[in-house]
Amino acid sequence: MADAKPTKRTRPKTATKARPRPASSTPRKRAASTALVPVPQPPSEPETLEDPRLSDIDEWGRSERMRELARSLYGPMYERWHRVEWEGFEKIPREGGALLVSNHAGAIPSDAPAIMHGIEEELGRPVYGLADEMFKRLPVVGMLWSRVGGVLAHPDNAYRLLREQQQLALVFPEGTKGTGKTYGDRYQLRRFGRGGYVQIAMRAGVPIVPIAVVGAEEAMPILWKSPQLAKLTGLPYVPLTANMLAFGGLGPLGALLPFPAKIKIRVLDPVHFDVEPDLPRYSRSRIMDESEAIRQRIQEALLDMLRHRESVWFG
Amino acid sequence: MGRRVLITGLGTFWGGRVAQALEADPDVDVIVGLDRFEPTVPLERTEYVRSDESYSILTRIVQAAKIDTIVHTFLVVDSTQMRSRTMHEINTIGTMNLFAAASSAGSTVRDVVVKSSTLVYGADPRDPVWFDEQSRRNQPPRSVVERTLLAVEGYVRDFAVDNPHVSVAVLRFSNVLGPDIDTPLSKLLALPLVPSIFGFDPRFQFVHEADVVRAILFALQTRLSGVYNVAGDGLLPWSEVAAICGKRNLPLPPYGLGLLAGPLRRVGLLELPKELLDLLRYGRGVDNRRLKEAGFGYRYTSAGTVADFVKSMRLRPYSGAGGDYQYERDVEAFFKHSPAVVRDQ
Repeated sequence: MADAKPTKRTRPKTATKARPRPASSTPRKRAASTALVPVPQPPSEPETLEDPRLSDIDEWGRSERMRELARSLYGPMYERWHRVEWEGFEKIPREGGALLVSNHAGAIPSDAPAIMHGIEEELGRPVYGLADEMFKRLPVVGMLWSRVGGVLAHPDNAYRLLREQQQLALVFPEGTKGTGKTYGDRYQLRRFGRGGYVQIAMRAGVPIVPIAVVGAEEAMPILWKSPQLAKLTGLPYVPLTANMLAFGGLGPLGALLPFPAKIKIRVLDPVHFDVEPDLPRYSRSRIMDESEAIRQRIQEALLDMLRHRESVWFG
Repeated sequence: MGRRVLITGLGTFWGGRVAQALEADPDVDVIVGLDRFEPTVPLERTEYVRSDESYSILTRIVQAAKIDTIVHTFLVVDSTQMRSRTMHEINTIGTMNLFAAASSAGSTVRDVVVKSSTLVYGADPRDPVWFDEQSRRNQPPRSVVERTLLAVEGYVRDFAVDNPHVSVAVLRFSNVLGPDIDTPLSKLLALPLVPSIFGFDPRFQFVHEADVVRAILFALQTRLSGVYNVAGDGLLPWSEVAAICGKRNLPLPPYGLGLLAGPLRRVGLLELPKELLDLLRYGRGVDNRRLKEAGFGYRYTSAGTVADFVKSMRLRPYSGAGGDYQYERDVEAFFKHSPAVVRDQ
């Protein structure tokens, strides 16, 4: 087959220049770039490609440098303001993927930064926070959130983080239903979504580490919500927080400042699912059972912690 | 017997490049190129047919030349080049006719390669960081180019289902950059300040134009079938893309930009079509592992593509407008047929 046209075959790869053609008689950049396109070549050479990156922003948008800056800014808040205290920290895996599942509270929740900060400081491994798409829609907020480790809570993202990269991911199955509840409902866990987080952990073959946090509810309690404003702005809720009343005098930034509630974090025993990973679907009833059980355990842990809490501010 | 290839869109950048490369392949007997416009690259043995993609002409060409391989590069993905009506004619109607012709009775077509785009995935806040070939887009298409590309892929899918003996490869290319091609993104990067949207710094993925041509040839050679993403490794934020180009970002207001885009285009300052605005806000990453597993090796990563693009951009002011070869039918005919030309034996 190939012998039919010997003239073509003997032609060297860079011969475009040697041919008596007007365009190729003058050496130009195009000649060089067509030479980059040889026709039959098994592309098996395992060479490392040149990758001239300038920043340390990874595929998830997280930047270790930004994270470091955030940690150094948040450090005093963690140590002095909330005086975060852990219980059962050793249950968080030092290596391998795991899905951390926690309750979520406060208009601007303090639980997420506290958990992420504590683990990163102690274990030196990143924690990716899975969050609602709303973050990505907001200018500046969405960008900063992704720089400090926020990732859209999409099953594909979670699978890649947990299964392929064996990272730690933190998820709040209550979502904005947890953070948007008013002060009267504090520490009453909302529905844990549709149990999607259990399915992800099963598919990824990683354990779930349940975490109960006390204190975030009191750090920024919601007194009242405006459904009209929420509808108008497209936000999940527009609250009137106690912080706005107390710190309103500090200007608009005062509304962002949480109360110095003592934050206590209890890590519960990890849940391992003895199911085969990578299946396209898992039993719906099994997922709901597991999800309910995890929710129940976190709820019980919260009540137990509240039973022993003497003061909101001093623990 | 060698292959008999029909290339649609010979006058486009990709059609011409693929034809050039195929000419060097001894296993390819016949190359027929179709376009409304003359090719822009020097071609030796490619037969150029000036035609629009009407059904009757395509059927006759496919049958008369006993075409067994179709390379469909005539898909417009740059919506700034033409009006949406023209784009609809070329993408949707052209593809429909082409695949109708390819499936006509007695058709000899065995291989089809379609050059699609990752625009089919859209760009939305609900998107995963990486799309794989099975992922579905999160929002119905808002721009004409996305709509037409989805229609195109629909026709290709139907054709593949109806003709199981034909291996159909759909290559979805990410944002292309390179020394020779102009795209809406390369135009943004050529500006003194690179426009961005205030408060957003999404991650981008690029594929080098050389890798695009190599991927098309790879698909032809290995008789690939199925859908494949083609994109360089790695995602890099738009601010870093600008930084590699040695430039700064010019943040545009995040709200009301859709209204601003019209006037900006009319005064000739900036071309910001809808699909580009979505991309500047949310970015897009596609999983390129399926093509790698098929055996394809990239020459450039995403960052490497940008770096190579910058080098060529530095050269552009010096190469000038005359640097590009202009196809001239008579001159080409002279070199092809005249006895005066000494052809090396």
